[in-house]
Amino acid sequence: MNSPGLPRVFLVDDHHLFRAGVRSELKDAVDVIGEADEVPAAIELIEERLPDVVLLDVHMPGGGGKAVIEAVKTSHPEVKFLALSVSDAPEDVIAVIRAGARGYVTKTISGPELIDAVVRVAGGDAVFSPRLAGFVLDAFASMPPGSQLPGPLDPELDQLSPREREVLRLIARGYTYKEIARELTISVKTVESHVSAVLRKLQLSTRHELTRWATERRLI
Amino acid sequence: MVGSMQRRDHRCIADQFNPWHHRFEGMQEGRAWSRGPHGHRRGRGRLQRSREDRMLAGIAGGIAARIGRDVTIVRIVLVLLGLLSGFGVIAYVCAWLALPMEGSTETIATRALSDRQGITIALALVPALVLVLIVGSQLHANFVSSWGLPLLISAAGLILIYRNAEEDERTWLDGSVKALLQIGPEPRQSRRSFMARVGAGLLLFVLGICVIADAALSRSWLRPFSGTLLMIGGTVVLLGPWWLRLALDLMHERQARIRAEERADMAARVHDSVLQTLAMIQRAADQPQEVAKLARAQERELRSWLFEGRAPGSFGPEGAATLSAGVAQIERDVEAAHGVAVDAVTVGDAPLDDELRALLAAGREATVNAAKWSGAASVSIYVEAEPKRVSMFVRDRGAGFDAEAVAHDRKGIAESIRGRMQRSGGTAVIRSVPGQGTEVELILPRHPSRT
Repeated sequence: MNSPGLPRVFLVDDHHLFRAGVRSELKDAVDVIGEADEVPAAIELIEERLPDVVLLDVHMPGGGGKAVIEAVKTSHPEVKFLALSVSDAPEDVIAVIRAGARGYVTKTISGPELIDAVVRVAGGDAVFSPRLAGFVLDAFASMPPGSQLPGPLDPELDQLSPREREVLRLIARGYTYKEIARELTISVKTVESHVSAVLRKLQLSTRHELTRWATERRLI
Repeated sequence: MVGSMQRRDHRCIADQFNPWHHRFEGMQEGRAWSRGPHGHRRGRGRLQRSREDRMLAGIAGGIAARIGRDVTIVRIVLVLLGLLSGFGVIAYVCAWLALPMEGSTETIATRALSDRQGITIALALVPALVLVLIVGSQLHANFVSSWGLPLLISAAGLILIYRNAEEDERTWLDGSVKALLQIGPEPRQSRRSFMARVGAGLLLFVLGICVIADAALSRSWLRPFSGTLLMIGGTVVLLGPWWLRLALDLMHERQARIRAEERADMAARVHDSVLQTLAMIQRAADQPQEVAKLARAQERELRSWLFEGRAPGSFGPEGAATLSAGVAQIERDVEAAHGVAVDAVTVGDAPLDDELRALLAAGREATVNAAKWSGAASVSIYVEAEPKRVSMFVRDRGAGFDAEAVAHDRKGIAESIRGRMQRSGGTAVIRSVPGQGTEVELILPRHPSRT
């Protein structure tokens, strides 16, 4: 079971069938070191086994994926989280990303794409589904001229650079990182750093669209 | 439109794979999804007593359903009529006798006509009636005759109703009458407070009668009024708890029935969508493409039911009103019709106008082309609405084609995509590499002043 070099993955999902499905899809490409079907058990086992990547469901009784991330993040910041969800609702995305997940994909994702996402998160990158990219573009939409923001705008956190916007647009159009790199004649590493920068902004920005969504759903 | 197309599509598959499908449909017909005339909708046909909206006989509920007004208003009017003159009470009892219960054809009155014993008992109240009239005239008290007469007639009517009501209504009457006869302390009430209540109620009642009788002699206008108030107060104190318990029972009963109905409704819908699809999937188990198509269509339908509150098969016939809704429609249509996964991402939104409809039509054509010819398992759509332009990208990772080799007069691309975009003042660019896939880029400039 303990193959060296493969990312060590932990599964958290309250649906047994789904865990079994993901396990069989991932079994050759990653090392699944455990699984849990509820929040407290997940926290305990993750802190005990310290996986590279935790694949976790957003919707679970007892606080969902967000509760797991928040409990583990403080004591073990090296554990990375990739969130899976059946829904693409913006409030779900914002909740787990702001809690600290490195990426977000929907459960209908294909096996190879999921493996790719896990490997990329394990390597420290962010994983954006086309839908997440679209949502971020929406949230960071350029303000119509003359409109007032409720607070001061921090250009470091509250705005996307033109390049980041371009990268996100291509992700939303269904391009892979490699295709984006070719299209923009930059390296794949540069694409990845742009995406990570966007992730950081998403987590730290106090832009009112983000906070509005979050407070409306009482997520923060 | 979309919904019906999707459903028709389901049906075709269903007929192919499911010889029992027609029987299922027959079953659904019997369990019609649309509920009866609820709420403020105006009912048709003759006036009936309502089985659902019922405090006593269901007459207010029946009237409300018939005239399309709120049942509470009707109730208040009826109670006022009853208080104003005792003949309101008679009218109510007569309606109880003469109106059929919802769902039944026979009225209580028709049955009562053949109930000789009941009629005899009712007529036996005539001497009491005569007594009341005599006493009333002796006391010069109009209230005795104006109230005693209707109340006695009503009592006669109630006897007939009780004897001739249908089984379930009689059980209910039985329960309430028994509760009235055994009027006693509530389960968690002490005997002393019960006695105090009865004492206070009786005192108020008798006081009221005295005031009225006295007032009848002194002919002051206000005093019978206060006497009536005292009597009503006494009645409320005496019978209030009983009535409250009765109303609570009725409410619980109604809630239970509504829950049962909701369960049946839910079961019908789940049967119609999920179970049907599962049956089809089992029959198509050897065709992975078909299974994936069914599962995705079902997922979409269920999701829009659970999260957006749209019933299965009811994707608004009025068509999409916004850009994002239009894109979602393309997503659903193409998935249902071609069995290819379509992932659409929309950034920003705008109300649809003719130009945007043309853009969507061109985008739909591009998506259908990708689904039909590329051989790719999925198609990505990306739409972004900005103040100065709306752009739409349709991309697949399929076979691709050599754009030069395709004859320029081929209708699909030339007319449906390029022509449409040009007429709306936009552009269409098609990039395709054989073996790597195709991307169609549609750009429509916008004029913010016009929107």
